[in-house]
Amino acid sequence: MRRLWLPNYTYVYTMTHIRTEQSAAMRFSALALARNAASFHENWPQLWRSPTPQSRYDVIIVGGGGHGLATAYYLAKEHGISKVAVIERGWLGGGNTGRNTTVVRSNYFYPESAHFYDFALRLYEGLSRELGFNVMLSQRGMLTIGHSAHHLELLARWVNALQLNGVDGELLNADQVREWLPLLNNSAAARYPLRGGLLQRRGGIARHDAVAWGYARAADALGVDVIQNCEVLGFIRDGERIVGVETTQGQLRAPKIALAVAGHSSVLAAKAGFRLPVTSYALQAFVTEPVKPVLSCVALSMATGVYLSQSDKGELVVGGGLDLYPSYAQRGNLPTLQGVVAGLLELFPCFSRLRLLRQWAGIVDVVHDSTPIIDKAPVSGIYLNCGWGTGGFKAIPGGGFVFAHLLATDRPHKLAEGFTLKRFASGALIDEAAAAGISH
Amino acid sequence: MLRIPCPWCGPRDEPEFRWGGEVPLVRPGPPQAVTESAWAEYLFMRDNPKGLVRERWLHTLGCRQWFIVVRNTATHEIQATSALGDPLPEIRP
Repeated sequence: MRRLWLPNYTYVYTMTHIRTEQSAAMRFSALALARNAASFHENWPQLWRSPTPQSRYDVIIVGGGGHGLATAYYLAKEHGISKVAVIERGWLGGGNTGRNTTVVRSNYFYPESAHFYDFALRLYEGLSRELGFNVMLSQRGMLTIGHSAHHLELLARWVNALQLNGVDGELLNADQVREWLPLLNNSAAARYPLRGGLLQRRGGIARHDAVAWGYARAADALGVDVIQNCEVLGFIRDGERIVGVETTQGQLRAPKIALAVAGHSSVLAAKAGFRLPVTSYALQAFVTEPVKPVLSCVALSMATGVYLSQSDKGELVVGGGLDLYPSYAQRGNLPTLQGVVAGLLELFPCFSRLRLLRQWAGIVDVVHDSTPIIDKAPVSGIYLNCGWGTGGFKAIPGGGFVFAHLLATDRPHKLAEGFTLKRFASGALIDEAAAAGISH
Repeated sequence: MLRIPCPWCGPRDEPEFRWGGEVPLVRPGPPQAVTESAWAEYLFMRDNPKGLVRERWLHTLGCRQWFIVVRNTATHEIQATSALGDPLPEIRP
Protein backbone atom coordinates (compact mmCIF):
# COMPACT_ATOMS: atom_id res chain seq x y z
CA MET A 1 0.00 0.00 0.00
CA ARG A 2 2.78 2.33 0.93
CA ARG A 3 4.40 1.57 -2.36
CA LEU A 4 1.18 2.39 -4.18
CA TRP A 5 0.84 5.83 -2.58
CA LEU A 6 4.49 6.62 -2.57
CA PRO A 7 6.39 5.07 -5.47
CA ASN A 8 9.95 5.07 -4.31
CA TYR A 9 12.46 2.84 -6.05
CA THR A 10 14.96 3.05 -3.23
CA TYR A 11 12.31 1.68 -0.93
CA VAL A 12 11.49 -1.14 -3.35
CA TYR A 13 15.16 -2.02 -3.54
CA THR A 14 15.38 -2.10 0.24
CA MET A 15 12.36 -4.36 0.48
CA THR A 16 13.88 -6.76 -2.02
CA HIS A 17 16.98 -6.88 0.10
CA ILE A 18 15.01 -7.51 3.28
CA ARG A 19 12.98 -10.21 1.58
CA THR A 20 16.03 -12.35 1.03
CA GLU A 21 17.26 -11.81 4.57
CA GLN A 22 13.90 -12.66 6.06
CA SER A 23 13.12 -15.68 3.95
CA ALA A 24 13.73 -18.17 6.73
CA ALA A 25 11.73 -16.48 9.43
CA MET A 26 8.39 -15.86 7.74
CA ARG A 27 5.57 -18.13 8.86
CA PHE A 28 2.25 -18.25 7.12
CA SER A 29 -0.75 -17.36 9.25
CA ALA A 30 -4.10 -15.62 9.01
CA LEU A 31 -2.40 -12.54 10.44
CA ALA A 32 0.37 -12.63 7.82
CA LEU A 33 -2.26 -13.03 5.12
CA ALA A 34 -4.17 -9.99 6.36
CA ARG A 35 -1.00 -7.96 6.70
CA ASN A 36 0.12 -8.80 3.18
CA ALA A 37 -3.34 -8.21 1.77
CA ALA A 38 -2.98 -4.64 3.03
CA SER A 39 0.10 -4.23 0.83
CA PHE A 40 -1.49 -5.95 -2.18
CA HIS A 41 0.55 -9.12 -1.66
CA GLU A 42 3.64 -7.48 -3.07
CA ASN A 43 5.85 -8.01 -0.06
CA TRP A 44 5.74 -11.75 0.57
CA PRO A 45 9.30 -12.96 1.19
CA GLN A 46 11.02 -15.49 -1.05
CA LEU A 47 10.32 -19.03 0.08
CA TRP A 48 13.96 -20.06 -0.08
CA ARG A 49 17.33 -18.51 -0.87
CA SER A 50 19.21 -19.06 -4.12
CA PRO A 51 22.62 -19.68 -2.61
CA THR A 52 25.95 -19.94 -4.39
CA PRO A 53 27.19 -23.51 -3.97
CA GLN A 54 29.89 -24.02 -1.37
CA SER A 55 32.75 -26.34 -2.24
CA ARG A 56 32.18 -28.72 0.69
CA TYR A 57 29.11 -30.20 2.33
CA ASP A 58 28.39 -33.03 4.74
CA VAL A 59 25.75 -34.45 2.39
CA ILE A 60 24.93 -33.62 -1.22
CA ILE A 61 21.48 -34.70 -2.33
CA VAL A 62 21.06 -35.02 -6.08
CA GLY A 63 17.48 -34.37 -7.13
CA GLY A 64 15.26 -31.51 -5.96
CA GLY A 65 11.99 -33.35 -6.07
CA GLY A 66 9.87 -34.32 -3.11
CA HIS A 67 12.14 -37.14 -1.93
CA GLY A 68 15.36 -35.12 -2.16
CA LEU A 69 13.88 -32.08 -0.42
CA ALA A 70 12.20 -34.15 2.29
CA THR A 71 15.49 -35.98 2.90
CA ALA A 72 17.27 -32.65 3.34
CA TYR A 73 14.59 -31.41 5.75
CA TYR A 74 14.71 -34.51 7.95
CA LEU A 75 18.52 -34.59 7.89
CA ALA A 76 18.53 -31.09 9.33
CA LYS A 77 15.57 -31.48 11.66
CA GLU A 78 15.93 -35.04 12.98
CA HIS A 79 19.69 -35.46 12.81
CA GLY A 80 21.07 -31.94 13.11
CA ILE A 81 22.95 -32.23 9.81
CA SER A 82 22.36 -28.96 7.99
CA LYS A 83 25.54 -28.58 5.94
CA VAL A 84 23.54 -30.12 3.14
CA ALA A 85 23.04 -29.19 -0.51
CA VAL A 86 20.12 -30.27 -2.64
CA ILE A 87 21.12 -29.88 -6.28
CA GLU A 88 18.53 -29.96 -9.03
CA ARG A 89 19.09 -29.97 -12.78
CA GLY A 90 15.90 -28.04 -13.54
CA TRP A 91 13.53 -26.39 -11.11
CA LEU A 92 12.21 -27.72 -7.80
CA GLY A 93 9.47 -30.28 -8.18
CA GLY A 94 9.65 -30.10 -11.98
CA GLY A 95 10.18 -33.84 -12.43
CA ASN A 96 7.86 -36.55 -11.16
CA THR A 97 6.82 -34.46 -8.14
CA GLY A 98 5.07 -32.12 -10.56
CA ARG A 99 3.94 -34.88 -12.92
CA ASN A 100 1.95 -37.28 -10.76
CA THR A 101 -1.75 -37.49 -9.97
CA THR A 102 -1.30 -36.36 -6.33
CA VAL A 103 -2.88 -39.47 -4.79
CA VAL A 104 -1.87 -40.45 -1.27
CA ARG A 105 -2.86 -43.77 0.31
CA SER A 106 -1.35 -46.63 2.30
CA ASN A 107 -3.44 -49.62 1.20
CA TYR A 108 -0.45 -51.89 0.56
CA PHE A 109 -0.42 -55.64 1.05
CA TYR A 110 2.80 -56.85 2.72
CA PRO A 111 3.73 -55.80 6.28
CA GLU A 112 6.94 -54.02 5.19
CA SER A 113 5.13 -51.88 2.62
CA ALA A 114 2.01 -51.33 4.71
CA HIS A 115 3.97 -50.13 7.73
CA PHE A 116 6.19 -47.89 5.64
CA TYR A 117 3.45 -46.31 3.51
CA ASP A 118 1.16 -45.85 6.50
CA PHE A 119 4.00 -44.03 8.25
CA ALA A 120 4.31 -41.81 5.16
CA LEU A 121 0.56 -41.15 5.21
CA ARG A 122 0.67 -40.29 8.93
CA LEU A 123 3.44 -37.80 8.19
CA TYR A 124 1.25 -36.34 5.42
CA GLU A 125 -1.56 -35.97 7.95
CA GLY A 126 0.58 -33.61 10.01
CA LEU A 127 2.61 -32.10 7.19
CA SER A 128 0.92 -28.72 6.76
CA ARG A 129 1.47 -27.99 10.44
CA GLU A 130 4.98 -29.44 10.44
CA LEU A 131 6.12 -27.33 7.50
CA GLY A 132 3.97 -24.27 8.13
CA PHE A 133 2.84 -24.61 4.54
CA ASN A 134 -0.57 -25.78 3.39
CA VAL A 135 -0.10 -28.96 1.36
CA MET A 136 -3.88 -29.10 0.87
CA LEU A 137 -4.20 -32.70 2.02
CA SER A 138 -7.75 -33.84 1.31
CA GLN A 139 -8.51 -37.27 2.80
CA ARG A 140 -11.57 -37.79 0.68
CA GLY A 141 -11.22 -41.58 0.49
CA MET A 142 -9.63 -43.96 -1.99
CA LEU A 143 -12.10 -46.41 -3.50
CA THR A 144 -10.86 -49.44 -5.45
CA ILE A 145 -13.69 -50.83 -7.56
CA GLY A 146 -14.12 -54.58 -8.12
CA HIS A 147 -15.94 -55.75 -11.25
CA SER A 148 -16.05 -59.54 -10.86
CA ALA A 149 -16.26 -62.33 -8.30
CA HIS A 150 -12.49 -62.71 -8.60
CA HIS A 151 -11.96 -59.05 -7.87
CA LEU A 152 -14.10 -59.38 -4.76
CA GLU A 153 -11.95 -62.28 -3.55
CA LEU A 154 -8.80 -60.25 -4.16
CA LEU A 155 -10.31 -57.27 -2.35
CA ALA A 156 -11.32 -59.42 0.63
CA ARG A 157 -7.77 -60.80 0.85
CA TRP A 158 -6.40 -57.30 0.52
CA VAL A 159 -8.65 -55.82 3.20
CA ASN A 160 -7.68 -58.65 5.55
CA ALA A 161 -4.03 -57.76 5.06
CA LEU A 162 -4.77 -54.08 5.69
CA GLN A 163 -6.56 -54.80 8.93
CA LEU A 164 -3.85 -57.21 10.12
CA ASN A 165 -1.28 -54.50 9.40
CA GLY A 166 -3.27 -51.90 11.30
CA VAL A 167 -4.14 -49.88 8.20
CA ASP A 168 -7.69 -48.66 7.74
CA GLY A 169 -9.67 -50.33 4.99
CA GLU A 170 -13.16 -51.64 4.56
CA LEU A 171 -15.08 -53.69 2.03
CA LEU A 172 -18.05 -52.08 0.34
CA ASN A 173 -20.86 -53.89 -1.41
CA ALA A 174 -22.18 -52.75 -4.79
CA ASP A 175 -24.88 -50.53 -3.26
CA GLN A 176 -22.36 -48.77 -1.06
CA VAL A 177 -20.02 -48.19 -4.00
CA ARG A 178 -22.95 -46.76 -5.96
CA GLU A 179 -23.57 -44.25 -3.20
CA TRP A 180 -19.95 -43.14 -3.40
CA LEU A 181 -19.88 -43.11 -7.21
CA PRO A 182 -23.35 -42.35 -8.53
CA LEU A 183 -22.01 -41.62 -12.03
CA LEU A 184 -20.32 -45.02 -12.42
CA ASN A 185 -21.81 -47.04 -15.29
CA ASN A 186 -24.38 -49.18 -13.54
CA SER A 187 -26.39 -50.41 -16.52
CA ALA A 188 -27.02 -54.08 -17.19
CA ALA A 189 -24.97 -53.74 -20.37
CA ALA A 190 -21.91 -52.30 -18.61
CA ARG A 191 -18.76 -53.95 -19.84
CA TYR A 192 -17.29 -53.72 -16.33
CA PRO A 193 -20.19 -54.33 -13.97
CA LEU A 194 -20.02 -52.98 -10.45
CA ARG A 195 -19.64 -55.71 -7.81
CA GLY A 196 -18.05 -54.06 -4.79
CA GLY A 197 -15.09 -52.11 -3.58
CA LEU A 198 -12.36 -51.44 -1.07
CA LEU A 199 -12.39 -48.09 0.66
CA GLN A 200 -9.50 -46.50 2.47
CA ARG A 201 -11.03 -43.42 4.05
CA ARG A 202 -7.65 -41.91 4.92
CA GLY A 203 -6.59 -42.00 1.28
CA GLY A 204 -6.98 -38.90 -0.84
CA ILE A 205 -5.00 -36.24 -2.62
CA ALA A 206 -2.53 -33.48 -1.71
CA ARG A 207 -1.15 -30.50 -3.60
CA HIS A 208 2.01 -31.85 -5.22
CA ASP A 209 3.81 -28.53 -5.78
CA ALA A 210 3.09 -27.47 -2.22
CA VAL A 211 4.78 -30.62 -0.91
CA ALA A 212 8.00 -29.76 -2.78
CA TRP A 213 7.82 -26.07 -1.93
CA GLY A 214 6.95 -26.67 1.71
CA TYR A 215 9.89 -29.03 2.22
CA ALA A 216 12.22 -26.70 0.29
CA ARG A 217 11.22 -23.72 2.41
CA ALA A 218 11.48 -25.62 5.68
CA ALA A 219 14.85 -27.16 4.75
CA ASP A 220 16.15 -23.75 3.65
CA ALA A 221 15.09 -22.28 6.98
CA LEU A 222 17.20 -24.94 8.72
CA GLY A 223 20.27 -23.96 6.70
CA VAL A 224 20.09 -26.36 3.74
CA ASP A 225 21.34 -24.96 0.41
CA VAL A 226 18.72 -25.59 -2.28
CA ILE A 227 20.49 -25.11 -5.61
CA GLN A 228 18.53 -25.15 -8.86
CA ASN A 229 19.82 -25.27 -12.45
CA CYS A 230 22.70 -27.43 -11.26
CA GLU A 231 23.14 -30.60 -13.29
CA VAL A 232 25.46 -33.43 -12.28
CA LEU A 233 27.97 -34.06 -15.07
CA GLY A 234 30.04 -36.71 -13.29
CA PHE A 235 31.45 -37.92 -10.01
CA ILE A 236 34.77 -37.06 -8.34
CA ARG A 237 36.70 -40.09 -7.14
CA ASP A 238 39.36 -40.63 -4.56
CA GLY A 239 40.52 -44.17 -5.28
CA GLU A 240 37.46 -46.41 -5.03
CA ARG A 241 35.44 -43.83 -3.20
CA ILE A 242 33.14 -41.14 -4.60
CA VAL A 243 33.93 -37.87 -2.84
CA GLY A 244 32.00 -35.29 -4.81
CA VAL A 245 30.12 -34.29 -7.91
CA GLU A 246 31.15 -32.36 -10.98
CA THR A 247 28.26 -30.04 -11.84
CA THR A 248 27.36 -27.23 -14.20
CA GLN A 249 28.03 -24.92 -11.23
CA GLY A 250 31.45 -26.37 -10.43
CA GLN A 251 32.83 -29.04 -8.13
CA LEU A 252 30.96 -29.87 -4.94
CA ARG A 253 32.50 -32.27 -2.44
CA ALA A 254 30.89 -34.32 0.32
CA PRO A 255 31.62 -37.65 2.00
CA LYS A 256 28.03 -38.73 1.28
CA ILE A 257 26.24 -38.30 -2.06
CA ALA A 258 22.54 -39.15 -2.00
CA LEU A 259 20.75 -39.92 -5.26
CA ALA A 260 17.00 -39.20 -5.32
CA VAL A 261 16.51 -38.95 -9.06
CA ALA A 262 13.72 -41.47 -9.79
CA GLY A 263 13.70 -42.37 -13.50
CA HIS A 264 17.24 -41.06 -14.00
CA SER A 265 18.77 -43.34 -11.34
CA SER A 266 20.35 -45.64 -13.95
CA VAL A 267 21.90 -42.67 -15.77
CA LEU A 268 23.71 -41.44 -12.65
CA ALA A 269 24.57 -44.99 -11.59
CA ALA A 270 26.27 -45.48 -14.97
CA LYS A 271 28.34 -42.34 -14.39
CA ALA A 272 29.42 -43.77 -11.03
CA GLY A 273 30.16 -47.19 -12.53
CA PHE A 274 27.39 -49.50 -11.35
CA ARG A 275 24.05 -50.83 -12.56
CA LEU A 276 20.63 -50.93 -10.93
CA PRO A 277 17.63 -53.27 -11.23
CA VAL A 278 15.67 -50.30 -12.56
CA THR A 279 13.88 -49.78 -15.86
CA SER A 280 12.60 -46.30 -16.72
CA TYR A 281 9.13 -45.95 -18.20
CA ALA A 282 6.88 -43.03 -19.01
CA LEU A 283 3.77 -42.85 -16.83
CA GLN A 284 1.09 -40.61 -18.28
CA ALA A 285 -1.75 -38.63 -16.80
CA PHE A 286 -4.13 -36.00 -18.03
CA VAL A 287 -6.77 -33.56 -16.87
CA THR A 288 -10.12 -32.62 -18.36
CA GLU A 289 -11.64 -29.19 -18.52
CA PRO A 290 -13.03 -28.13 -15.13
CA VAL A 291 -16.61 -29.03 -14.20
CA LYS A 292 -18.75 -28.72 -11.09
CA PRO A 293 -18.20 -31.37 -8.36
CA VAL A 294 -19.01 -34.80 -9.81
CA LEU A 295 -16.65 -37.10 -7.93
CA SER A 296 -16.15 -37.15 -4.19
CA CYS A 297 -13.28 -39.64 -3.79
CA VAL A 298 -10.31 -41.10 -5.62
CA ALA A 299 -11.68 -44.00 -7.69
CA LEU A 300 -9.64 -46.83 -9.19
CA SER A 301 -10.95 -49.61 -11.40
CA MET A 302 -9.35 -53.04 -10.97
CA ALA A 303 -10.35 -54.09 -14.48
CA THR A 304 -8.98 -51.17 -16.45
CA GLY A 305 -6.29 -49.82 -14.14
CA VAL A 306 -7.79 -46.36 -14.71
CA TYR A 307 -8.03 -44.07 -11.72
CA LEU A 308 -9.31 -40.55 -11.28
CA SER A 309 -10.07 -37.80 -8.85
CA GLN A 310 -11.43 -34.28 -9.15
CA SER A 311 -9.12 -31.40 -8.36
CA ASP A 312 -10.15 -28.36 -6.36
CA LYS A 313 -10.31 -26.47 -9.65
CA GLY A 314 -12.87 -28.98 -10.92
CA GLU A 315 -10.65 -30.77 -13.43
CA LEU A 316 -10.81 -34.55 -13.51
CA VAL A 317 -7.28 -35.87 -13.01
CA VAL A 318 -6.97 -39.24 -14.74
CA GLY A 319 -4.19 -41.82 -14.93
CA GLY A 320 -3.66 -45.44 -15.89
CA GLY A 321 -0.89 -47.91 -16.59
CA LEU A 322 2.65 -47.46 -17.78
CA ASP A 323 3.65 -46.94 -21.38
CA LEU A 324 4.64 -50.28 -22.86
CA TYR A 325 8.39 -49.82 -23.36
CA PRO A 326 11.23 -47.97 -21.61
CA SER A 327 11.45 -44.25 -22.23
CA TYR A 328 13.12 -41.08 -21.00
CA ALA A 329 10.88 -38.85 -23.12
CA GLN A 330 8.66 -36.96 -20.69
CA ARG A 331 5.61 -37.03 -22.92
CA GLY A 332 4.12 -40.52 -23.24
CA ASN A 333 2.67 -42.15 -26.31
CA LEU A 334 -0.77 -42.01 -27.86
CA PRO A 335 -1.83 -45.71 -27.75
CA THR A 336 -1.54 -45.81 -23.95
CA LEU A 337 -3.45 -42.54 -23.64
CA GLN A 338 -6.20 -43.92 -25.87
CA GLY A 339 -6.40 -47.05 -23.74
CA VAL A 340 -6.80 -45.02 -20.56
CA VAL A 341 -9.49 -42.83 -22.13
CA ALA A 342 -11.36 -45.90 -23.40
CA GLY A 343 -11.25 -47.41 -19.91
CA LEU A 344 -12.43 -44.16 -18.35
CA LEU A 345 -15.45 -43.96 -20.67
CA GLU A 346 -16.43 -47.59 -20.02
CA LEU A 347 -16.61 -46.66 -16.33
CA PHE A 348 -18.07 -43.17 -16.67
CA PRO A 349 -19.83 -42.82 -20.05
CA CYS A 350 -21.12 -39.39 -19.00
CA PHE A 351 -17.57 -37.98 -19.22
CA SER A 352 -17.42 -38.59 -22.98
CA ARG A 353 -18.06 -34.91 -23.82
CA LEU A 354 -15.30 -33.58 -21.59
CA ARG A 355 -12.28 -32.26 -23.44
CA LEU A 356 -8.75 -32.97 -22.25
CA LEU A 357 -6.88 -29.83 -21.30
CA ARG A 358 -3.42 -31.16 -20.58
CA GLN A 359 -1.53 -34.42 -20.85
CA TRP A 360 1.93 -35.16 -19.46
CA ALA A 361 4.26 -37.97 -18.46
CA GLY A 362 6.87 -38.54 -15.80
CA ILE A 363 9.76 -40.98 -16.06
CA VAL A 364 9.36 -43.56 -13.32
CA ASP A 365 11.94 -45.99 -11.92
CA VAL A 366 10.33 -49.42 -12.05
CA VAL A 367 11.80 -52.40 -10.21
CA HIS A 368 10.54 -55.97 -10.44
CA ASP A 369 8.88 -56.16 -7.05
CA SER A 370 7.47 -52.59 -6.99
CA THR A 371 9.28 -51.95 -3.70
CA PRO A 372 11.71 -49.05 -3.26
CA ILE A 373 15.46 -49.23 -2.77
CA ILE A 374 16.76 -47.24 0.24
CA ASP A 375 20.30 -48.46 0.57
CA LYS A 376 23.99 -47.78 0.10
CA ALA A 377 25.14 -48.14 -3.49
CA PRO A 378 27.72 -50.75 -4.52
CA VAL A 379 30.13 -47.81 -4.91
CA SER A 380 31.36 -46.30 -1.66
CA GLY A 381 30.10 -42.79 -0.88
CA ILE A 382 26.80 -43.06 -2.77
CA TYR A 383 23.39 -43.66 -1.20
CA LEU A 384 20.26 -44.63 -3.12
CA ASN A 385 16.63 -43.60 -2.90
CA CYS A 386 14.90 -45.08 -5.96
CA GLY A 387 12.61 -47.82 -7.23
CA TRP A 388 9.39 -46.02 -6.33
CA GLY A 389 7.96 -46.82 -9.74
CA THR A 390 4.47 -45.46 -10.18
CA GLY A 391 3.97 -44.56 -6.51
CA GLY A 392 6.64 -42.13 -5.35
CA PHE A 393 4.47 -39.14 -4.47
CA LYS A 394 2.52 -40.81 -1.67
CA ALA A 395 5.81 -41.96 -0.14
CA ILE A 396 7.59 -38.58 -0.06
CA PRO A 397 7.53 -37.82 3.69
CA GLY A 398 8.34 -41.43 4.61
CA GLY A 399 10.99 -41.81 1.91
CA GLY A 400 12.71 -38.63 3.03
CA PHE A 401 12.53 -39.65 6.69
CA VAL A 402 14.07 -43.13 6.29
CA PHE A 403 16.63 -41.96 3.72
CA ALA A 404 17.78 -39.21 6.08
CA HIS A 405 18.16 -41.87 8.79
CA LEU A 406 20.32 -44.02 6.52
CA LEU A 407 22.47 -41.03 5.53
CA ALA A 408 22.92 -39.84 9.11
CA THR A 409 23.53 -43.17 10.83
CA ASP A 410 24.75 -45.48 8.03
CA ARG A 411 22.12 -47.95 9.21
CA PRO A 412 18.73 -48.57 7.60
CA HIS A 413 15.68 -47.22 9.41
CA LYS A 414 13.58 -49.99 10.94
CA LEU A 415 10.77 -49.26 8.47
CA ALA A 416 13.12 -49.62 5.49
CA GLU A 417 15.15 -52.66 6.51
CA GLY A 418 13.68 -54.72 3.68
CA PHE A 419 14.26 -52.07 1.02
CA THR A 420 17.79 -53.21 0.20
CA LEU A 421 19.63 -53.69 -3.03
CA LYS A 422 20.83 -57.14 -1.98
CA ARG A 423 17.29 -58.50 -1.95
CA PHE A 424 17.59 -58.96 -5.70
CA ALA A 425 20.38 -61.49 -5.11
CA SER A 426 19.04 -63.06 -1.90
CA GLY A 427 15.52 -63.42 -3.27
CA ALA A 428 13.88 -61.58 -0.35
CA LEU A 429 11.72 -59.56 -2.73
CA ILE A 430 8.68 -57.73 -1.39
CA ASP A 431 6.49 -58.39 -4.38
CA GLU A 432 3.99 -55.65 -3.82
CA ALA A 433 1.19 -56.13 -6.32
CA ALA A 434 -0.87 -53.54 -4.46
CA ALA A 435 1.78 -50.94 -5.24
CA ALA A 436 0.08 -49.97 -8.47
CA GLY A 437 -3.30 -50.43 -6.87
CA ILE A 438 -4.38 -52.87 -9.57
CA SER A 439 -3.92 -56.59 -10.03
CA HIS A 440 -1.01 -57.17 -12.40
CA MET B 1 3.16 -43.55 -31.64
CA LEU B 2 6.19 -45.51 -32.85
CA ARG B 3 6.36 -46.76 -36.41
CA ILE B 4 8.58 -49.81 -36.30
CA PRO B 5 10.10 -51.26 -39.48
CA CYS B 6 9.71 -55.01 -38.97
CA PRO B 7 12.45 -56.77 -40.99
CA TRP B 8 9.79 -59.15 -42.40
CA CYS B 9 6.60 -57.04 -42.71
CA GLY B 10 7.88 -53.46 -43.17
CA PRO B 11 6.82 -50.42 -41.18
CA ARG B 12 3.89 -51.00 -38.80
CA ASP B 13 2.35 -49.10 -35.90
CA GLU B 14 3.41 -49.57 -32.31
CA PRO B 15 0.31 -51.44 -31.02
CA GLU B 16 1.22 -54.44 -33.19
CA PHE B 17 4.44 -54.99 -31.25
CA ARG B 18 5.64 -56.04 -27.83
CA TRP B 19 8.85 -54.84 -26.23
CA GLY B 20 11.15 -57.66 -25.11
CA GLY B 21 14.11 -56.20 -23.24
CA GLU B 22 17.72 -55.10 -23.73
CA VAL B 23 20.20 -57.18 -25.73
CA PRO B 24 22.68 -58.73 -25.50
CA LEU B 25 21.54 -60.55 -22.39
CA VAL B 26 23.26 -63.90 -21.96
CA ARG B 27 22.04 -66.44 -19.43
CA PRO B 28 24.97 -67.51 -17.23
CA GLY B 29 25.67 -71.20 -16.78
CA PRO B 30 26.00 -74.00 -16.00
CA PRO B 31 23.36 -73.61 -13.25
CA GLN B 32 25.43 -75.19 -10.46
CA ALA B 33 28.26 -72.75 -11.10
CA VAL B 34 26.19 -69.54 -11.15
CA THR B 35 26.58 -67.34 -8.07
CA GLU B 36 23.65 -65.47 -6.55
CA SER B 37 25.06 -62.15 -7.65
CA ALA B 38 25.68 -63.33 -11.24
CA TRP B 39 22.10 -64.62 -11.35
CA ALA B 40 20.78 -61.31 -10.00
CA GLU B 41 22.81 -59.47 -12.65
CA TYR B 42 21.18 -61.58 -15.34
CA LEU B 43 17.64 -61.41 -13.95
CA PHE B 44 17.38 -57.85 -12.68
CA MET B 45 20.30 -55.53 -13.44
CA ARG B 46 19.95 -53.45 -16.60
CA ASP B 47 21.86 -50.69 -18.39
CA ASN B 48 18.58 -48.80 -18.88
CA PRO B 49 20.39 -46.11 -20.87
CA LYS B 50 19.09 -42.67 -21.75
CA GLY B 51 19.84 -42.66 -25.46
CA LEU B 52 20.49 -45.40 -27.98
CA VAL B 53 19.85 -48.97 -26.92
CA ARG B 54 19.58 -52.33 -28.68
CA GLU B 55 16.51 -54.27 -27.71
CA ARG B 56 14.37 -57.21 -28.69
CA TRP B 57 10.86 -56.66 -30.03
CA LEU B 58 8.14 -59.16 -31.02
CA HIS B 59 5.75 -58.50 -33.89
CA THR B 60 2.83 -59.98 -31.94
CA LEU B 61 0.04 -59.01 -34.33
CA GLY B 62 2.04 -59.61 -37.52
CA CYS B 63 4.65 -62.21 -38.42
CA ARG B 64 5.15 -63.13 -34.73
CA GLN B 65 8.90 -63.00 -35.18
CA TRP B 66 11.39 -61.63 -32.66
CA PHE B 67 13.86 -59.10 -34.06
CA ILE B 68 16.33 -56.42 -32.96
CA VAL B 69 15.61 -52.69 -32.82
CA VAL B 70 18.13 -49.89 -32.20
CA ARG B 71 16.06 -47.20 -30.50
CA ASN B 72 16.74 -43.91 -28.77
CA THR B 73 14.95 -43.91 -25.41
CA ALA B 74 15.21 -40.12 -25.10
CA THR B 75 13.73 -39.24 -28.49
CA HIS B 76 11.96 -42.50 -29.53
CA GLU B 77 13.86 -42.37 -32.85
CA ILE B 78 14.38 -45.83 -34.36
CA GLN B 79 17.80 -46.05 -35.94
CA ALA B 80 17.85 -49.61 -37.32
CA THR B 81 16.20 -53.01 -37.14
CA SER B 82 17.59 -56.42 -37.98
CA ALA B 83 16.51 -60.04 -37.99
CA LEU B 84 17.34 -62.11 -34.93
CA GLY B 85 19.93 -64.37 -36.56
CA ASP B 86 21.90 -61.49 -38.10
CA PRO B 87 24.86 -59.87 -36.32
CA LEU B 88 23.71 -57.26 -33.79
CA PRO B 89 23.45 -53.86 -35.51
CA GLU B 90 26.04 -51.29 -34.52
CA ILE B 91 24.90 -48.27 -32.50
CA ARG B 92 25.81 -45.13 -34.46
CA PRO B 93 26.45 -42.30 -32.03
